[in-house]
Amino acid sequence: MSDILLLLAHPDLQHSRVHAALRTALQPESARAGARWALRDLYALYPDFVIDVAAEQAALLKARLVVWLHPVHWYGMPPLLKLWLDDVFAYGWAYGPGGDRLSGKDLWLVASTGGTEASYRPDGHNRFFIDAFWPPYEQTASLVGMRFLPPMVLHGAHRAPRAEIDQHVAMLIERLRSWPDWPEIADLMPCIQGVAPEGERPMVETP
Amino acid sequence: MSNWLILTLVYLAAAVIAVPLARFAGLGSIIGYLVAGIAIGPYGLNLVSDPQSMLHFAEFGVVLMLFLVGLELEPRRLWALRRPIFGWGSLQLFGSAALLFAVAVACGVAWRLALVAALGLAMSSTAIGLAVLNERNLSSTTAGQGVLSVALLQDIAAIPILALVPLLGSGAAHESGALDSWIEAARALAVIAAIVFGGRLLLRPMLRWIARSKTPEIFTAAALLLVVAIAALMQSVGLSMALGAFLAGVLLAESEYRRELETDLEPFKGLLLGLFFIAVGMGIDFQVVLRHPGLIVGLVIAFLSLKALVLWTMARTMPIPLAERSVFVVLLTQGGEFGFVVFQAATQGRVIDGEAASLLVAVVALSMLLTPLLLLASDRWWAAHLLAHRQETTEHRIEAPQSAPVIIAGFGRYGQIVGRLLFANGMSATVLDHDAEQVEATRRFGWQTYYGDATRLDLLRVAGAAQAKVLVVAIDDVDQNLALVDLARQHFPQLTIVARARDAPHWTKLHQRGVQFIERETLDSALMSGRSVLELLGIEPHRARTLAQRFRRHSIEQLVAMAPHLGDEKRLISLSKAGRQQLEQLLAQERELAERTRGRTDDPSLGEASGALSADRPT
Repeated sequence: MSDILLLLAHPDLQHSRVHAALRTALQPESARAGARWALRDLYALYPDFVIDVAAEQAALLKARLVVWLHPVHWYGMPPLLKLWLDDVFAYGWAYGPGGDRLSGKDLWLVASTGGTEASYRPDGHNRFFIDAFWPPYEQTASLVGMRFLPPMVLHGAHRAPRAEIDQHVAMLIERLRSWPDWPEIADLMPCIQGVAPEGERPMVETP
Repeated sequence: MSNWLILTLVYLAAAVIAVPLARFAGLGSIIGYLVAGIAIGPYGLNLVSDPQSMLHFAEFGVVLMLFLVGLELEPRRLWALRRPIFGWGSLQLFGSAALLFAVAVACGVAWRLALVAALGLAMSSTAIGLAVLNERNLSSTTAGQGVLSVALLQDIAAIPILALVPLLGSGAAHESGALDSWIEAARALAVIAAIVFGGRLLLRPMLRWIARSKTPEIFTAAALLLVVAIAALMQSVGLSMALGAFLAGVLLAESEYRRELETDLEPFKGLLLGLFFIAVGMGIDFQVVLRHPGLIVGLVIAFLSLKALVLWTMARTMPIPLAERSVFVVLLTQGGEFGFVVFQAATQGRVIDGEAASLLVAVVALSMLLTPLLLLASDRWWAAHLLAHRQETTEHRIEAPQSAPVIIAGFGRYGQIVGRLLFANGMSATVLDHDAEQVEATRRFGWQTYYGDATRLDLLRVAGAAQAKVLVVAIDDVDQNLALVDLARQHFPQLTIVARARDAPHWTKLHQRGVQFIERETLDSALMSGRSVLELLGIEPHRARTLAQRFRRHSIEQLVAMAPHLGDEKRLISLSKAGRQQLEQLLAQERELAERTRGRTDDPSLGEASGALSADRPT
């Protein structure tokens, strides 16, 4: 029973090195019966940006670990993954009254950047450490009650040598197979679903 | 009384047995009627002793046929097609007739017989021609238009020919009284004038009055009465009944009752015409035919080649695209039903004797029987010929086997868009179209288009169907479209089919054949229009897009759900109703929620529209 849901979001896989390699490596397992994980290639599933919310939520319900695989574009996620978030993490389902369907699951970000590790420093042209861009992810996880696992990032994706990409892929697969027995998980705080004050939610008047 | 019953029994039984048999054999209904006539006639089982009396009655079928021909001839349509009809049409008819006449006279045939034979043999079978055009979906091609124009001219020319043929015989008798004939001519003119003016002024109000009575059978009766009355009127002044009926038909061609008259009279015409052909079959003197087998075969070969010569010259000068020429020629060479009518009229007018008529009818019937075979042979021979002379031809059949990964079958409005998208992105495709003109036109714009019928297995092979990955079935004709899908699935299972569906039933049929990529040709453009309307009614553009896309998904899910119940109309209707309600409910719920959560913009979630509801959306 696959309890790992991999969501791949890359707007231009044809010109991708890292994510194309990830897809090639992850897909065969996903298609197997009794697979360890299920891979959903969002840009292939929804080329018209019309997300099948019911299908996505059903896939989420089955999973215990949700992995987002995407390149960092403009310091955040690609637009289709953001739309997926907007549509699928619905009020009353993922958060808000009765919205506890995702509570207790793990969320793991596996990202790549074009900039090198050195560029993500106060003296580099990206000016901030990469960790400075994760708070929106962490808070999203917190609001729906998911545990945000430490992201795995590959820097300098455009110029990374083939060997480095292969190593990245192998490492990812190894980690997926060993989850949830990761040393760092033991150090993580148990996750508690965050609650936003009433006024910051869409107002639902009781009829 | 019993005699009448038995005769009816014999005629109907003969027709009901012979016609379906002939059709299953691919020979067409006219041959079926002729065979039925031969079988029950004096030279067959001899069930009917007096075919002549039946012929008089059955001739009314010809009158009805010409009335319907007139109905079809809208003056406006005639005017638009005047050039091909009167130009090429008369060239075919009179050119062939003149050539046949000249050859016959040169061979020592009496001029009257030669003239009648030439006129009768120059006619082609509209029934056969139109059936083949429809079957091969060729009506819109240049050859198809050519065949239609010539057939129309023959319909029109039949009127004067039928009126003139009897005069050939009684010419001697007429010279007796000059004054009498003047009076007769004046009476005839008066009657024609009465029909034309009466038709203009009275017919339509009369029909309107009858239609208002809301008694359908009385409208049918009135339609029959109209034709009978005009026929009687014409006969009383010694003119051709058919001419009068034709005139009346033309007068009513533009009236609002055209369709209704047509559907009401069609069965009568069909049956009476069938009876007419049965009578013609009964009239064939088999002893004459059996005595001259060589003569008949010779006549068939001679008249077919002479007509083909004229047609071929026409096809070259019109010009009809090279690849379509063989069809054009074969479809117009055979003799036709009008030939029988002409020979019958000539026999009755004592222009030719029964023996000659029997021979000629046998010749025409044989030529009609040969048409399917000739068509098949010309397909083979002509295709081979074109391939052998490919350097000289300007046509573009596929020469070397193609290896493009994509084949597009049908390059009309739909296929062209698919093709342009591919070509714009530097991809190649092998394009097939069965319309040579279309091929020529797209070639001029630089597309690699090939002429050919994509439903032919050999052509698909040459097009590279065995190596290609994708077959785009963009053919508009539903039957052809499905035939190609079946062919491809059977012989090239590796091909992924991308199909165009004309409508929902067609979509369902493609779906049942396992085609995965089907698009209904109007769905997306209609949805775009729907989006525009929603926007004009004040719905935000992006919201309109979401609504349209949701509708699209729903519509396709509906089709998939309904596919297994195709043919069960009750179930389909209830399913469709349920589906509509489901969609309405969904959208209503959403609207309600959107109302209640309105005015919130700082929430982490877009929530209101698509998200908030999804939890309780039926899955």
